[in-house]
Amino acid sequence: MNIEDFPMLKEDLVYLDNGATSLKPQCVIDKMTEYYEKYSANAHRGDYDISFKVDQEYEKTREEVRRFINARFKEEIVFTSGATESLNWIATYFFGKYLEAGDEVLITNSEHASNVLPWFRLSNKLGIVIKFIPLDDNHYVTVENIEKMLSPKTKVIALASITNVIGDARPIKEICKLAHENNIFVVMDGAQSVAHQKTDVQDLDVDFLAFSGHKMCGPTGIGVLYGKKELLEEMEPPNVGGGMNESFDSPQEVYYKDLPTRLEAGTPNIAGVIGLGEAIRYLENIGMEKIHEYEKKLRNYALQELLVLPHIDLINIESDSGIIAFNVDGIFSQDVAYYLNKYKVCVRAGNHCAKNLKAETGVQNSLRISLYFYNTEEDIDNLVELLRNKDKILEEMI
Amino acid sequence: MENREIILKHYTSSPYKKDEVTNDYQKIEVQSSTCVDHLNIYIKLKDGVLVDGYFNGEACSIATSSCSILLTNVLNKRVEDIKKFIANFEKMCNDEPFVEEDLQEAIVFKDIIHQGNRKSCAFLPYQGLKKFLEEN
Ligand SMILES: Cc1ncc(COP(=O)(O)O)c(C=O)c1O
Repeated sequence: MNIEDFPMLKEDLVYLDNGATSLKPQCVIDKMTEYYEKYSANAHRGDYDISFKVDQEYEKTREEVRRFINARFKEEIVFTSGATESLNWIATYFFGKYLEAGDEVLITNSEHASNVLPWFRLSNKLGIVIKFIPLDDNHYVTVENIEKMLSPKTKVIALASITNVIGDARPIKEICKLAHENNIFVVMDGAQSVAHQKTDVQDLDVDFLAFSGHKMCGPTGIGVLYGKKELLEEMEPPNVGGGMNESFDSPQEVYYKDLPTRLEAGTPNIAGVIGLGEAIRYLENIGMEKIHEYEKKLRNYALQELLVLPHIDLINIESDSGIIAFNVDGIFSQDVAYYLNKYKVCVRAGNHCAKNLKAETGVQNSLRISLYFYNTEEDIDNLVELLRNKDKILEEMI
Repeated sequence: MENREIILKHYTSSPYKKDEVTNDYQKIEVQSSTCVDHLNIYIKLKDGVLVDGYFNGEACSIATSSCSILLTNVLNKRVEDIKKFIANFEKMCNDEPFVEEDLQEAIVFKDIIHQGNRKSCAFLPYQGLKKFLEEN
């Protein structure tokens, strides 16, 4: 769908690495250029027209994000540099204050490094305990397995809604229900899901959500931290300085602004925020349901084609997203990726920042294709055709 | 033999690739910073000469074959000569003037190092051995 909107797709590129980042539609590029060309002023200084316009666009995007994920309040939307920063802030500046030695945080072996290392660091600093929820035979998280892990010390469950290696979806709503019955907070890493399906934070009832603009047709360097208002109120500002203070007469007399400005010190990534707003309008215009359905159909098509090739080992036949992980029997994943690159087919090889997953799947490295709505059956056909003949891969990989 | 065949030969049947580890070797571990290539190189030094070496790990065809070719070239060489060999290979990787003949089989990577990320794959074992020799 909508291929014509993407300048990068004017070349004969087969881009199948949307889990890493998405391509940008012309409207997002134009919107950011417009800011730099037409009203390139700072925010929060509405004393003149162009700065007033910046404030309007900036806050309009906040409202747009709120609507996009159905948050209750605009104040619950904080702009960050991306999912990684959001997750770090949540762990460090909310839970760093709240948790005590011995408290337990539940994660899994298939989390992205950005949802593991902030917790590990907190563990070293505070003596909290990180526990891994066992995955079932398909590497899925089940509510039953979480239930078995609960103890009076469990305080946080931090999970990707969709994982970046095998694309399995977690039952976040059910997990939140169980968690809240036990006074546990839920942190949702939405980096791989928010771009691909409708997210409703009130319906899910998550306490915190992190995601990145660049994976959803927006620019790099911009992301969102959502937190329930009463929780964000308790969060320590990660940065202090300009823009976020009311007054500071002495170290004892420092007054910060209200949410969300309090958590956004310094000149923000204005072009990024404005670009993100445009990306959200763009996605909503197509429709998140439609995007999700299209990707599911395309994924099934890809699976059906790949399953026919005897030398392709699929790692996740079951999955709820446009992510397919596989290996070519006997050929190192990276060599296959280099071979495909010769034909302008972009796929990812490696362990995809989920280094702990090898303990679960027994597979250290794999190839990953991750689809988005602008991919087509023709893209899949190109890929499958290149993978059809193993000898050709061996012949041409070097 | 064509370059490709030499690389494939070292990749698929390197005489220096061994899975078992004996503890009378010194271990050099190198991990690529840009991809998943991970090599363990085991060497034995005696009187300033590298008398034995082998490797294992999980890495692509280029990193693996480059490691095998490196070991072929440095076995029974003096540390100073090994350092020179590494420096010469590094020059090739950095597009600086280098002495082609001295590289022996390692010259097979001359073109490949210009393909995207593959320079770092080819250089990975050199990077590990270089650092080890500088520090020891
Ligand atoms: C599941 C998951 N979480 C977090 C991240 C981190 O996102 P970013 O690099 O945009 O901060 C990613 C990115 O690959 C991801 O896939």
